[in-house]
Amino acid sequence: MSIPLQGGRKGLDLVPVTDEQATKKDYTSDQEVRWCPGCGDYAILAAVQSFLPDLGLRRENIVCISGIGCAARFPYYLNTYGMHSIHGRAPAIATGLATSRPDLSVWVIGGDGDFMSIGGNHLIHALRRNVNLKLLLFNNRIYGLTKGQYSPTSEVGKITKSTPVGSIDTPFNPVSLALGAEATFVARTIDSDRKHLTSVLRAAAEHRGAAFVEILQNCDIFNDGAFDVLKNPETRDTAVVRLEHGKAITFGANGEKGVRLTGRGGLEVVDTSKVKSETLLVHDVSHTEPALAFMLSRLGNVDDGVTPIGVFRAVDQPAYDDQVNAQIEQAQAAAGTGDLAALLASGDTWTIN
Amino acid sequence: MTKQVQQRERVIIRFAGDSGDGMQLTGDRFTSETAEFGNDISTWPDFPAEIRAPAGTLPGVSAFQLQFADHDVTTPGDAPDVLVTMNPAALKSQIADLPAGGDLIVNSDEFTKRNLAKVGYATNPLEDDSLSSYQVHSIPLTSLTVKALEGYSITRKDAERAKNMFALGLLSWLYNRPIETTLAFLERKFAKTPELARANITAFNAGWSFGETTEDFTVRYEVKPAVMPRGLYRNITGNTALAYGLIAAGVQSKLSLFLGSYPITPASDILHELSKHKRFGVRTFQAEDEIAGVGAALGAAFGGALGITTTSGPGVDLKSEAIGLAVALELPLIICDIQRAGPSTGMPTKAEQSDLLLAMFGRHGEAPVPIVAPQSPADCFDAAIEAVRIATTYRTPVFLLSDAYLANGSEPWLVPDVATLPELNVEFATELNHHKPDGTPEFWPYLRDPETLARPWAIPGTPGLEHRIGGIEKADGSGNISYDPSNHDTMVRLRQAKVDGIAASIPPLEVDDPTGDADLLVLGWGSTYGPIGAAVRDVRDEGGKVAQAHLRHLNPFPANTGDVVSRYSRVLIPEMNLGQLAMLIRARFLVDAMSYTSVRGLPFKAVELSEAIREVLSS
Ligand code: SF4
Repeated sequence: MSIPLQGGRKGLDLVPVTDEQATKKDYTSDQEVRWCPGCGDYAILAAVQSFLPDLGLRRENIVCISGIGCAARFPYYLNTYGMHSIHGRAPAIATGLATSRPDLSVWVIGGDGDFMSIGGNHLIHALRRNVNLKLLLFNNRIYGLTKGQYSPTSEVGKITKSTPVGSIDTPFNPVSLALGAEATFVARTIDSDRKHLTSVLRAAAEHRGAAFVEILQNCDIFNDGAFDVLKNPETRDTAVVRLEHGKAITFGANGEKGVRLTGRGGLEVVDTSKVKSETLLVHDVSHTEPALAFMLSRLGNVDDGVTPIGVFRAVDQPAYDDQVNAQIEQAQAAAGTGDLAALLASGDTWTIN
Repeated sequence: MTKQVQQRERVIIRFAGDSGDGMQLTGDRFTSETAEFGNDISTWPDFPAEIRAPAGTLPGVSAFQLQFADHDVTTPGDAPDVLVTMNPAALKSQIADLPAGGDLIVNSDEFTKRNLAKVGYATNPLEDDSLSSYQVHSIPLTSLTVKALEGYSITRKDAERAKNMFALGLLSWLYNRPIETTLAFLERKFAKTPELARANITAFNAGWSFGETTEDFTVRYEVKPAVMPRGLYRNITGNTALAYGLIAAGVQSKLSLFLGSYPITPASDILHELSKHKRFGVRTFQAEDEIAGVGAALGAAFGGALGITTTSGPGVDLKSEAIGLAVALELPLIICDIQRAGPSTGMPTKAEQSDLLLAMFGRHGEAPVPIVAPQSPADCFDAAIEAVRIATTYRTPVFLLSDAYLANGSEPWLVPDVATLPELNVEFATELNHHKPDGTPEFWPYLRDPETLARPWAIPGTPGLEHRIGGIEKADGSGNISYDPSNHDTMVRLRQAKVDGIAASIPPLEVDDPTGDADLLVLGWGSTYGPIGAAVRDVRDEGGKVAQAHLRHLNPFPANTGDVVSRYSRVLIPEMNLGQLAMLIRARFLVDAMSYTSVRGLPFKAVELSEAIREVLSS
């Protein structure tokens, strides 16, 4: 995946690096992993433990913060600094940490309950502020830790313990939601596609500002096979649309399908054999406006068969924490660091002799 | 004409008008002049929650009361000696507080048929007999101001608005206040519109001259400066003092301040104040909600900042879960609760002390949090530093319980010498602190300091100390997840013991019992200090024997609290709630403490407390 390097600061510019080559083992904590056997979380953990060393960062400057849920156990297994906090609040907690510590690479882990439901407010505000956080949504479209209720990303009609005759509420499309909040980096990937997952995580790590990555994650206990259509060799080629920056959007085993803009301002899937190749939409992650990326996110979402994955949007905009710190630096540069005695004695004063 | 000058030991003035009349500003300016003159002062701004209720209505009345004296004062006073009312609504809502014989200054221009009808006056009180027991000074403040400003190129509206400066000029003349600070203030305030600056100054001077020439006022008053300790003074409100205390604590501890906050009355001024002080490295984060405010502060604390959140009762409700997490994480965190009248939205601008039990117990599980409460506006400075001392020494969230009365009230403050501020030494962990059975060194995030029971504060960026913490119960020492029953029992008791142990670091509860043989103790906490002190003084002046003690630490109590409350045969606890401290004292010490309570959103009056004390003494 080649994404143009945006003009400003890169995601990891302020995080100290090391020459010592770390390994996956260095990033593996001594805690016993307690997810169900076969859970998609294992694959994500392995990918993160393997790719983090390649960033060349000092391990002590990496922090992983999570909320509550199966996914939220993640920090315990990663040998970095970590906090397993409370349901939904991880983006808020991480905002305070990242804003006060620009030398850290801060990762936030949450499930669809954490990010899309109880913590939805914190998520959209972290995204619109563009706090320098990497937010990984482990979307298994079900509540796992509370044993199988439907989630805000479950498909309509889902039969679960809490919806015995089917769920009736319209689910969120997490990528659409993030784009709606004008997140500066939005991507989707799949737990089982190690190569794609790693490349997306790397792009997220290097993005300055909030990077939101939806990882479609299989819960083999309560929602097994939720993403089979994207994994099954028979269906995956026509279901998965791999977005690649600078390339025409095509899919199918031999690229027989393509995406183009309709005259009415929408997107349509066409047979590439029947249209001129230059009419196909060329994916560009750097559009200032998120509208086209949003349209791509509406192309389909698992249940519709067609599901775009990859980086939808990656634009360079000032990060919240950088600006907070710049205001402090400017104030100090203009008038010096604070003088406590002068502050206390400011305003109208009088002296009693 | 020459006017007679009379001496007064103390004077209480209340300015009241429509929210748009600038009464808070007028009160502030009079306070500044009075401070400059050297009287001791206590102020009480009392304003509606609505920003601009419909003009001229009762809900729109905004008032500012101050007491100034030639001796030390602890309250803004009970009943005003002088009541200034800018319209019929102000008169109607405030007149009951003016004692017979009191001076009543009225802006007669506003007493039109329409305005009278708006507040239900059938006849004009300035013309009927209803005000005959007061010294009424009916003055056309608006038209006198407009007349004085003829020739200025300002709008009629701006001219009318300057009437508060006319009133201020008149009062400044009446009490012979130095006027330089006000003139300088007006120059500053209207720096961008010099014509308005000149107009307001002219209005002020016109008010002063009016006092001198009118026959309505035959007497001028003099209140001699109070004898106060030498030094540099300024007037300060509770919220400003609290913000300064936090900044000072940041300087003393060398921690950078991070405030996560959501705007809420009456706490927002702390957010406003702290956001100005970027030169001190203060980061302020206006969060999307109360939960994010405390969450971000806690996240910053994990990173080694001094994490603070400011709020009022409804915000504390929302923050409870995150405060519980802070208890489990054992990280320093300051929660400033500027209490207001509840439940629910209650009365946002009115004071109450009804969050004590919320701060004590308002979390699930056994989740003890230390509580510190300031007793006066200026004391908010010291209380904030003390809260930070406890939080950083013991690695715990701490509640700082102020209230709306302290937040907006003000008093002269002897500006402390920075060199005398407490040292707050905070050390982050840098070394491994434990050995595995095979001898390899490792880091245990929950290995406690034997004296304070505090755990090490190891911040990200420290090599070798990478560790994970969380809300799940942790194994004593290693901090690993543990569901072991006896470990949980140990951890619950350790967290409680740590908070209880703070008592060893706080001064004993001091009792003021001049005769040494009182058998009634009046015990208070927080903002009732002023009125309790004034009431006790009044009772003693009549020969009554009464002891007074005031709690700054509510959790844990000072170590001698049990001894103190058991030593007196009767304990009276006045509170602006339904007896929350009384409940704690009774439960903790099996003492038959009596409660005296009031929840009217108003501070206690000294007279009602002295009455309550007399009643106990005579029973
Ligand atoms: S319940 Fe589902 S998501 Fe949770 S650990 Fe088990 S398989 Fe994974």
